[in-house]
Amino acid sequence: MAPRFDEIGDLTLKLTDEEKAMLAGEMGAAKQWAIDHQVKVGGMFDAADLVPVSQAHMMADPESLGEAGGDFLEDMVAKGARVAIPMITDPRGVDLNHYRPLGQSEEMATLERRMIAACEKMGILMTNTCVNYQTIMPPVLGDHVAYGDTGVVIYSNSICGARSNFEGGPSALAAGLTGRTPRYGLHLDENRQATRRFVVREQPKELTDWGVLGALVGKLSGSYWEVPVIEGLEVVPTSDEAKHMGAAMASFGSTPLFHMAGITPEAPTLADVGGDKLVAEEITKADLDALRAGFGGKGDKIDVVVFAAPQLSIVEMQDLAALCAGKSFKTPVIVCTSPQVYPDATRMGLIDTIESTGAKVLEGTCFYNQYAREIGEANGWTRLLSNSAKIVNIISGYGYTPALASMEKCVASAVAGEIV
Amino acid sequence: MTKELKCHKGIGDKVQGIALVADDNFSARYDLDRKKGVFSRPAHKLCGESYHDKILVLNTSKGGVASAWMLHEMKSRNICPKAILFNTANTILAQGAALANLTMCDRFADGDVTKLIKTGDEVIVDPENGVVTVLNG
Repeated sequence: MAPRFDEIGDLTLKLTDEEKAMLAGEMGAAKQWAIDHQVKVGGMFDAADLVPVSQAHMMADPESLGEAGGDFLEDMVAKGARVAIPMITDPRGVDLNHYRPLGQSEEMATLERRMIAACEKMGILMTNTCVNYQTIMPPVLGDHVAYGDTGVVIYSNSICGARSNFEGGPSALAAGLTGRTPRYGLHLDENRQATRRFVVREQPKELTDWGVLGALVGKLSGSYWEVPVIEGLEVVPTSDEAKHMGAAMASFGSTPLFHMAGITPEAPTLADVGGDKLVAEEITKADLDALRAGFGGKGDKIDVVVFAAPQLSIVEMQDLAALCAGKSFKTPVIVCTSPQVYPDATRMGLIDTIESTGAKVLEGTCFYNQYAREIGEANGWTRLLSNSAKIVNIISGYGYTPALASMEKCVASAVAGEIV
Repeated sequence: MTKELKCHKGIGDKVQGIALVADDNFSARYDLDRKKGVFSRPAHKLCGESYHDKILVLNTSKGGVASAWMLHEMKSRNICPKAILFNTANTILAQGAALANLTMCDRFADGDVTKLIKTGDEVIVDPENGVVTVLNG
């Protein structure tokens, strides 16, 4: 739909001369679609103008796009779409080296191939990862970016101090094409101040503990527009721990930013994010146990064990391989890692060690966005065990009954065929 | 009696339809069976309900950047809500509405929209002017 140029003067969102030319179609139909999309979204969120961004990151998996999304991307290519800034991608829906054994169809793979081809023609870098902040190019403090994947956004905002809203696929693409995004939400200083204050009374010890803490903070915060600040932590999380914490928080709460007083870059002190003015809410062991209690228990049968969401780092791959050495799994085990980590893990012998158990390591996908419902139906999987607090939150919508345990217990449970 | 509710300027065309309301949240990826057009996450208050052609009224939109594509995909198959009203939309659903040209509004002046509208109410959503009219309100 062509925008009406004569309306530009009425918009509260101010455009530069170059942006007006884009909207008028003078820079091609693809850029015109992109900036029209940004004007609509910016209008809903009262953006004053557009802000230049250094990178874009897009989720564009075949399950969510469907045929309609494939047609849309190909239409963009036909309109001459070409990205104006470095643009990377979130995990794919099909590992083209391993899809039939999972029960994925040729149709799914064909759609995946179409999308990859369209993205490549637009100049998009097919990184296929949700851990780009660990493997590609972490953003820096104050860096305005347009990232998709809620886990990527919350980590980049919170741990790196970059500035991004959750950019759904179309908006990430629009940002890639224009090199800008509407300046609303977390691009603005005032929306980065804390609105909720949590005091942790139980220290997290391993990845899943951090995930559960993130899950609870997200659940309590409960909205995109709340910013939690957390105090009382006696340990600084590793990148992997912060990754699980953030991904779970974003999943349970739609939360795009959190602070940890004395740890994250925008909160050297509680007062720096306005936390001193907020009522402190305690998070106790009982609160964390209550959240865990909803996700399985000892003796429960399991159909599949999944390590994913987010994709595993090289360090997680090493930890998993150490736990797998010499074991044989009764239960199918799926591991998802990035195309950057995979070759390193192969070279270091980690993939061989993990797969010697009967597990399968997938490259460039993530379990929940690779037709989880169809895979479950094809393999008869309903009872899913994972160490990811994020995946146990989201997977029930695809017909699974999820359970949560540490990486160590997940491995032991895969050996036993039930939760240990 | 007709009731007029003011909200923030939204996205999409003016539409009329029957409301399906819950004090719960919304994710196209995690809450729905999009093929069947029903809510499918067991913990969701609308689990089992069809959303096709309804004016969905929910609290907030959650998680999942994929939802933005999914609204477009749902609309292409015409198994889709007519509009979605939230107390607060997150960015992703608004972006998805913009791509799909699906009607969406949020931020109601008179309080909690999930209390202001009841399931079965006939409503008109006018996003350009930020007004939702409940015809039997």
